Amino acid sequence: MQQLAEEGKRAIPLKKSRSNRALRRLRQDWRLYVLISPVIVYFIVFHYVPMYGIQIAFKHFIAVEGITGSPWAGFDHFRRFFNSYYFWRLLRNTLGISLYELAVSFPVPIILALMLNELRRELFKRFIQTVTYAPHFLSTVVIVGMMGLFLSPGGGLVNHVLQWFGIAPISFMTEPGWFKSIFVWSGVWQQMGWGSIIYLAALSGVDPQQHEAAIMDGASRMQRVLHVNIPAILPTVVILLILNMGSVMSVGFEKVYLMQNPKNIEASDVISTYVYQTGILGSQYSYAAAISLFNSVINFVLLVGVNAVARRVNETSLW
Amino acid sequence: MKYETFGDRLFGAANIVFLTLITFVVIYPLFFVLIASVSDPAAVLNGEVWLYPKGVHFTAYERILKQDEVMNGYWNTIVYTITGTAVNILMTVLAAYPLSLGRFAGRGVITAFMVFTMFFSGGLIPTYLLVKQLGMVDTIWAMIIPGAVSVYNIIIMRTFFQTGIPKEVQEAAHMDGCNDFQLLRKIVLPLSMPIIAVMVLLYSVGHWNSYFSALIYLSDRGMYPLQLFLRELLVQNQTLETIAYFNEDLTKRMMEAEAIKYAAVIVANLPVLLLYPFLQKYFAKGMLVGAIKG
Repeated sequence: MQQLAEEGKRAIPLKKSRSNRALRRLRQDWRLYVLISPVIVYFIVFHYVPMYGIQIAFKHFIAVEGITGSPWAGFDHFRRFFNSYYFWRLLRNTLGISLYELAVSFPVPIILALMLNELRRELFKRFIQTVTYAPHFLSTVVIVGMMGLFLSPGGGLVNHVLQWFGIAPISFMTEPGWFKSIFVWSGVWQQMGWGSIIYLAALSGVDPQQHEAAIMDGASRMQRVLHVNIPAILPTVVILLILNMGSVMSVGFEKVYLMQNPKNIEASDVISTYVYQTGILGSQYSYAAAISLFNSVINFVLLVGVNAVARRVNETSLW
Repeated sequence: MKYETFGDRLFGAANIVFLTLITFVVIYPLFFVLIASVSDPAAVLNGEVWLYPKGVHFTAYERILKQDEVMNGYWNTIVYTITGTAVNILMTVLAAYPLSLGRFAGRGVITAFMVFTMFFSGGLIPTYLLVKQLGMVDTIWAMIIPGAVSVYNIIIMRTFFQTGIPKEVQEAAHMDGCNDFQLLRKIVLPLSMPIIAVMVLLYSVGHWNSYFSALIYLSDRGMYPLQLFLRELLVQNQTLETIAYFNEDLTKRMMEAEAIKYAAVIVANLPVLLLYPFLQKYFAKGMLVGAIKG
């Protein structure tokens, strides 16, 4: 029906302007626009209105005046942040944790996927997958709670094991030196299985003929992993690396905040927790918004930059 | 395999050993929490519990289940999870269906409009002030509306609609005079149950586990979800009042508090643990569909 109608219209040699055609499509497909409109309203209200609200970072926010009515402050809040005692500590912790995490948490799922892909026994493979996916479904609160239980200096499992080797108990959760490692490796424990799914999907797309050809050429299993499987998943790896680079400055608030305590604060104070402290708890809305804007801008620049590099070097990019 | 050399077999064996080790490392802490939660707390603290529970009893579970506040939090979490997931699924379908159709004018612009929010956002403060201004603070809406849909899931579902549902069926229905509302309800949705199951799993686990929205938007303890009470119990080391009431002995009280933590971990994750085996077969397949083509 629809096709017929469209052909009929084309048969009449009438010059229709673009806007006219769009209007006709709109009338024809009005139901689709009705369907999607609540979602569009949602995105405008809960994503684009807050983006407009970023201007609070450049204002002296007065509650009764609202964001738009408050007087401008220019870059005052940014200057105050850059000059504050906490600036370098926040930057060092945020970047330190984030880069450590990127260096460890990024490759582990790739290696796991490559290893799982080499398993011949389907049942064994599925068992390992089921087990390693499971921690992904635990909440951050539970994960941090479990860390507290296992790492406690008096009676925690880990310290019991250390005692066998004659090592004195360590109070992992309260020592600043341990903070980064606990944060990153508990993340590996929780997310490596889940993270491997996407690489396994990419590996399942490898043409078996490539492997057969490699076997004919006398390639060992190790060589096939290196020269067939790894190149096959490289585009996926690059895409995920770009996405990860775009969040280098955003260390997950939830886990850091839960792991934070007065004794490890010098290692655990990061930008997102500081924004929460000063903004939500301290009601310094403008100042906190400025800090968080500084954070997102760096993230965004990194994302765009890495994407551009990847497009040039590897011909793989997000856009 | 016919062509395997000695080196290949060694590679295979090393691989199996290594993966077994990884699996053990992942599963043992979970197993330990389970046996520790039913063991005598003294035995756990002295490092006597390793492979099976010692002095089995369920006191810790009794203590938790008797705690009205925690149980109320449990109930709140159930309400937030069910309502929130229903809204999430509705919104995801509403966005994904039009975007999956080639003839939908403006799909490119609308997709870009949504995807942009994955990379840039207003941040915590403007969002918080908005939710406050809308009068959602201390209402259930603050837990549901600000995170009503995820762009990533829209893309996965859109891809499923495009690739998982035969075009011919949709066109045939169209010919028969089926409009888009009917098409979505009678053809697309019934054929999309696997992906909807995956979405239900992902969204509901998200709601079940979330504590951040509650932390910033709720101040009324009666509205707290389970995770906030868990935080008090597990992370901030606040012991349940009942323990202080029943036991005067400090060390014993502390030990019981530890046992309650283990039990709390189990109780909090029970629904997920129970659902996991049933949904597992869906999510592997559903995630792959989205992951490859998305």
